[in-house]
Amino acid sequence: MHDARGHVRRLPGLRLWLSGGWLTLLVLAAVFAPLISPHDPLAQDLFAGRLPPFWETGADPAYLLGTDSLGRDVLSRMLYGGRLALIVALVAGTLTCLIGATLGLIAGFYRGWADLAISRLVDIWMAFPPVLFAILLIAVLGTGLMSVIIAIVVIDWTRFARVVRAEAMGQGAMDYVASARVAGRTRFGTALAEILPNVLPTIVALLTLEMGIAVIVEAILSFVNLSISTDQPTWGGMIAEGRSSIYQAWWVLVFPLFALFLTVLSFSQFGEGLKEHFDPVLR
Amino acid sequence: MSFLQIQDLTVRLRNGPPLLRRVSLGVEAGDVRALVGESGAGKSMIGKAVLGILPRAAEVSEGRILLEGEDLQTLSPKARRQRIGAKVALIPQDPLTALNPSRRVGPQITDRLVDILGWKRPAAEARALELLEEVHIQEPGRVMKAYPHELSGGMRQRVLIASAFAAEPKLIIADEPTTALDVTVQKQILKLIREMQQRHGTALLFVTHDLGVVSKIAQSLTVLYAGKVVEDTAVRSFFAGPSHAYSRALLAATPRYTDPDGSLTPVPDSVVAEVNREIAAFDVTMKEGGQP
Repeated sequence: MHDARGHVRRLPGLRLWLSGGWLTLLVLAAVFAPLISPHDPLAQDLFAGRLPPFWETGADPAYLLGTDSLGRDVLSRMLYGGRLALIVALVAGTLTCLIGATLGLIAGFYRGWADLAISRLVDIWMAFPPVLFAILLIAVLGTGLMSVIIAIVVIDWTRFARVVRAEAMGQGAMDYVASARVAGRTRFGTALAEILPNVLPTIVALLTLEMGIAVIVEAILSFVNLSISTDQPTWGGMIAEGRSSIYQAWWVLVFPLFALFLTVLSFSQFGEGLKEHFDPVLR
Repeated sequence: MSFLQIQDLTVRLRNGPPLLRRVSLGVEAGDVRALVGESGAGKSMIGKAVLGILPRAAEVSEGRILLEGEDLQTLSPKARRQRIGAKVALIPQDPLTALNPSRRVGPQITDRLVDILGWKRPAAEARALELLEEVHIQEPGRVMKAYPHELSGGMRQRVLIASAFAAEPKLIIADEPTTALDVTVQKQILKLIREMQQRHGTALLFVTHDLGVVSKIAQSLTVLYAGKVVEDTAVRSFFAGPSHAYSRALLAATPRYTDPDGSLTPVPDSVVAEVNREIAAFDVTMKEGGQP
């Protein structure tokens, strides 16, 4: 399709639809988990242990995706696990973004001492191995949802700070910034009204990427038993439990793994799609 | 009293060599002064010093910049911003980067009217429409709502000119406004700037390295070499015969269609050596704090 000026008008991206679709499904599942879960995710039924998913022989249609070795319903646990994954993704992702992007904007636009301090801090921060850092933090803070979120924010703000700093520096050198200053805008006003809107597409793309990463970090922490308490099902926890019975009951590991994979992929693709959609120059 | 008077302006890299060496020049109200020199001579630096947008690494170490007799260096940053925002505007070199890509064109023209002069938005928008018509933009209403990337380079430069004249400034600093454009558009833009300048009676400090442009637009001329004024004269007498050897060489180096073999004349090495000696001697007197 062409518009009047001969620009090719792209169709709304397929990837935006696919990734957005999966994320919407996830949000619905998370919100309505108590209503749509066929079973209590914590209820054990030792006589119904390791039941296969519905299409295999010996399956119980009441347990659509089978049960784990303690007879807990895999589907219900996944729905509740999705809830936690989503909370971690949204809260940790947003907090990381706010802190990192603010520091990056300050460093990149104001330069000088602020830049020096923030950049050195980023360098030092990134020299720590992130997963060990997270484990150490949880060990100090104790397990729980808050600790997981804090750990992710503390580890990952550097990702935003670095990228936003570079972008802000590039934008700051543009003539329109000089023009805005001549026209009487303050430094702060320039950073907010001129620079930020141009860095925003990048921030949005990073934010969604970060949400995916937060889900992975949460899974890693669950995997080493350092995440949220054991009486709450998480995808990482399920994967850890499924690992021990991989030869007898592959479904305990594969379904949450697949959900994790799709979610992380969707977050990153959704971000890229949004960036393409909102970047005035790419548009 | 000139509208803009620069006296002994010295700009240095912090703790480094001077970029401008005791530059003095004046722009009379309603007058056009051209500022010429080769790349790196400090032409743009003068404009930036006046506008208060020097790069971080540079600072004014000496001299005064008087706007209507008021020393800008002595003002608070806020008062300075207000003064410059209301009285001086900039037509930048590169129209591709001089408009914010993520904002529509309209608000970028009206910003100054609203922020500095306190106009109401509808009035400012009406004024912007008027200005866009004045710079010969078809469908000004549509352009107001467009994003910069939807306009051509020439259109963007027209928008920037409209925006520079929006608040009826008394002085406009045009920093090589035609350099980034192709030759046919250059001519139109030059004509437009001249036309707007005359209609509004605005003083213009026109930075360029093109002497052909100077003869078309300016009444007076300052030639800059290595941050030092080597000649300050009326345009007419400059083209009749410049007094400084470097200016003469610069004028002789202007390419002409009438050159028999189409070859280019460089500024001779002997002239460069001479002007460099002059600058070195000047630096010594500057260091000793004496008057040249």
